[in-house]
Amino acid sequence: MANDPEDKQPPAPPAGQKPAAPAPAEPSEQPVPPDLEWQLRTHPVVPKKPAPPEPPKKEAPPAAAATPVPPAAAAEEKPAGPAPPPIAVPPKPAPPAGATPPAAAPPKPAAAVAPPPKPEPLENELVARFKARFGEAIREAWTDRKQAILLVERGRLLEIAQYVREEEKFDLLSDLTAVDWPKREKRFDVILNLYSFAKNERLRLKIHAAADEPVPSVAGVWGTANWLEREAYDMFGIVFDGHPNLKRILLPDEWQGHPLRKDYDILTQDTAWVRENLGIESGQ
Amino acid sequence: MDDTRTTDFSNVETTVLGADEIIINMGPQHPSTHGVLRVKLRLDGEKVVNSECVIGYLHRGVEKIAEHRSYQQFAPYVDRMDYVAAVSNGLGYCEAVEKLMGAEAPPRARVIRTILTELQRIASHLLWLGTHALDIGALTPIFYCFREREEILKIFEKYCGARLTTHAFRIGGLQYEAYDELETDVERFCNDLGHKIDEYEQLLTENRIWVGRTKGIGVLTAEQAIDIGATGPVLRASGVKWDIRKAMPYAAYDQYEFEIPTGENGDTFDRYLVRMEEMRQSRRICLQAIQNIPTGPIMARIGKVLKPPPGEVYHSIEAPKGELGYYIVSDGTTQPYRVRIRPPSFVNLQAFDHMVRGHLVADVVAIIGTIDIVLGEVDR
Repeated sequence: MANDPEDKQPPAPPAGQKPAAPAPAEPSEQPVPPDLEWQLRTHPVVPKKPAPPEPPKKEAPPAAAATPVPPAAAAEEKPAGPAPPPIAVPPKPAPPAGATPPAAAPPKPAAAVAPPPKPEPLENELVARFKARFGEAIREAWTDRKQAILLVERGRLLEIAQYVREEEKFDLLSDLTAVDWPKREKRFDVILNLYSFAKNERLRLKIHAAADEPVPSVAGVWGTANWLEREAYDMFGIVFDGHPNLKRILLPDEWQGHPLRKDYDILTQDTAWVRENLGIESGQ
Repeated sequence: MDDTRTTDFSNVETTVLGADEIIINMGPQHPSTHGVLRVKLRLDGEKVVNSECVIGYLHRGVEKIAEHRSYQQFAPYVDRMDYVAAVSNGLGYCEAVEKLMGAEAPPRARVIRTILTELQRIASHLLWLGTHALDIGALTPIFYCFREREEILKIFEKYCGARLTTHAFRIGGLQYEAYDELETDVERFCNDLGHKIDEYEQLLTENRIWVGRTKGIGVLTAEQAIDIGATGPVLRASGVKWDIRKAMPYAAYDQYEFEIPTGENGDTFDRYLVRMEEMRQSRRICLQAIQNIPTGPIMARIGKVLKPPPGEVYHSIEAPKGELGYYIVSDGTTQPYRVRIRPPSFVNLQAFDHMVRGHLVADVVAIIGTIDIVLGEVDR
């Protein structure tokens, strides 16, 4: 702080006249340097406003009791310790479920929050156009939380992507990612979140892919997909067919496994690493 | 610019280089790479032929962590992605989970969120300006920028006790009521900031060195920017008037007036002008917002144990660096089944290779600065 070039500046302007003080200290110098000049200009000019006609001050909100989750409560809600083994069974064992019934809280909030709209089938012009053009390749269309989702056939993704970009003007690929459902026959969802500047609309394309099924790369349609597909490959091991440079992006090239798969066990990985690199048994 | 030379950077030995060509490595511990970005450059003399970014040095597996935490427990982690704009990260996450649950934060919480997020945008842009100018050789602005940023961090500290990784918001609203002088603090800061932005511009906008180092450097056309998925100031400087705050308003942005600045040439200088103007607009939003902060509760009644119904949601906000999206899948339990974070820096960094081609090595530094990346967010 001492060598801060600004130490001439009053730290805070509560003392409105303060900036005036240093000024006389060096009057022999040349005229006030422009730097100080604006400080003089700005600081005193903004005297503390006589508190604007305040809105009736927030009194304790009625729901106050229910609102701030005290940290203690937040902590007890989840025994963070022995996390369920990540060998994920998708419907998680959910340890906190046990904590719910005795909490006596459930009835109230349940009434307070309207459940989000249920996923429902989507039928609009967009879907009609898609179906007219691609027929069976559009497997399903629905909305979830009012967001449009199309489930399309894996093999025809590239064709559909080109159509979506060229004809339907969804020219921004916001995001491309995947979700792993290990219990399902085709375990991966590959998800494309699209946006159209012209329509100000979002659309989500989804495909299902088994672990050994390559997914057509859309890097030629949206340049964004280049890195995003590399990331999906890195994290899930999904192979994108036709990708110009499919290699790991976030993890080192020699990494084993694909961490965002549900069966990727952090602990095993760690133990193996310790054994291999340190030659001892891991204490974990 | 249209160069057909390709380089297999993963196998440099086999690449046939011309007589004047050389492949060099920059980073990961280079001060101008703003963290741990490593860039491989193929040079022809001093001109860059093409490049490759090597990232992942800060990868912490945030998305994997999310699958082993409850919704609330994960909230502080998002602050550690873009750690110079933690408030924006938190806003995106909280709103995404709220959307997933069908809940909504009360109006008072939404306005306070808007104020803090806009302050955070100013802070993020100030940090960008200071470091970017420092990289290019203008030593002065960083001192001024940090001085103003400090005032913002003080407001955060007064509000929630933390300056950087704030965890300022909670799912459903806010944990803390606004402190009494919040309005006056913000007003005082914003009133000062107006002059100060002018002052930064005096230092740079017509400075011949600055103009020489930024004009025409790292040009990205609108088509390229859209194709590469660039968002935020990078996209707007290329002339695309798109801002999620306007296109799909969230928090309380629909209540305030502000402009979306755009550039024309998509070069480093335009991106600079766009961000400067964005700071002015953020200031404008803050000043409007403090005029009328609604009264009432700050937290929706969502209960302590969050169990969003099964389903999925994608929600994105206009973070200081671009579109920050959260794609969350719920399986009906207390832990998210999958949280995907769409980081603006990661996607914008893809534009780097397009931008550096044909420029000098010294310009690489300017281009890294102008994309405004935070490696914590690129790598997650």
